[in-house]
Amino acid sequence: MYNFDFEKPESVADAIAALQGEEAQALGGGQTLIPTLKQRLASPSTLVSLKGIAEMQGVCMGDDGSVCIGGATNHATVAAEAGAYPALADTAAHIGDPAVRNRGTIGGSLANNDPSACYPAAALGSGATIVTNARQIAADDYFQGMFTTALDEGEIITEVRFPVPEKANYQKFVQPASRFALVGVYVAKYADGVRVAITGASNDGVFRWAEAEAALSANFSASALDGLSLSGDDMISDLHGTGEYRAHLCAVMTKRAVAAA
Amino acid sequence: MTQVSMTVNGKAASGQVEGRTLLSSFLRDELKLTGTHVGCDTSQCGACVVHVDGIAVKSCTMLAAEADGADVSTIEGQANADGSLNVIQQAFQDHHGLQCGFCTPGMVMSAAALLKDNPKPSEQEVRDYLEGNICRCTGYHNIVKAIMAASGQDVGAIAAE
Repeated sequence: MYNFDFEKPESVADAIAALQGEEAQALGGGQTLIPTLKQRLASPSTLVSLKGIAEMQGVCMGDDGSVCIGGATNHATVAAEAGAYPALADTAAHIGDPAVRNRGTIGGSLANNDPSACYPAAALGSGATIVTNARQIAADDYFQGMFTTALDEGEIITEVRFPVPEKANYQKFVQPASRFALVGVYVAKYADGVRVAITGASNDGVFRWAEAEAALSANFSASALDGLSLSGDDMISDLHGTGEYRAHLCAVMTKRAVAAA
Repeated sequence: MTQVSMTVNGKAASGQVEGRTLLSSFLRDELKLTGTHVGCDTSQCGACVVHVDGIAVKSCTMLAAEADGADVSTIEGQANADGSLNVIQQAFQDHHGLQCGFCTPGMVMSAAALLKDNPKPSEQEVRDYLEGNICRCTGYHNIVKAIMAASGQDVGAIAAE
């Protein structure tokens, strides 16, 4: 690791001020960023820890019934306290391993937008709102490709708001070495339709499967997906699975999610 | 360099660290608490698990500066006050929950975190909780057995796999 200065502000305003510095970078739980720094794939001059900001911690209920999660809330806390949205709590309970869940944060995961991470599927599948220090961003506008988001330089996720669906489920086909999703499918049924978000598969990062959403909105059952398939042409292909294999898994895991919802 | 101060195994500890100093490095190199092992240094193996403010973390994936002011427990602080092994350590010895022993500090610390939250886990819950602790001797069976025994449950029925 190259060396850097470390700062731990106690308010969002102080964090934003600290991030104005040249080559300053925000640090959530560090479960991705610290390994990245060890590999010298990033070399910030200053790391600004968001863990000391009390207003970015915890789970609460919004006035509109949504579940609101502070950007610096770790996965274990979401698993324990987001019971009002059981599928979300269950998703958080299966990210990484227990020690990783005790450090990693929802804001860090969404800001990184790893193409195989779980939270992007939950946020896009739920039509969540990403709240930053500056604005609110709809999940449909937020994810812009592998490791790419709508966040500007120095902008941080302060909160994520999840509308609670009638039913939902996340099915992850685990890549056993990394425990990331080889393919993960998040299905959520709302009064105005069904959303299906898929992580781990596409070269463009998390995406919605419109055809499956239409079929499930008309008939919320696994059989409604019979005959539907995705092309593997633009899917991630690596030693763990070909694009074609991942495309097949997308359909299988979507059916499992519907059956389990 | 910045000054960090924390409580480690009940005693005040402080030192100068760089921004990049890992908690595992601070514990091992500065405080000479080398019971915390660094196996992979990529946050996968769990040999470096310690407790920070009561929760299990991988100390190779946390900066020492982030633990400033925290209450840290390591394997060196697990024995009873008279120096005898605590219940979990004794169970690891009784059930031979180790082969080479390299992963053992992390296994014991993860087991302690599990049993604090879930005093009577099922065998499956123990195995699930150890997902982030790797034993490259593949000695999992007796590790799981030891943790079940430490929780006061009968382990006679746990069959060898």
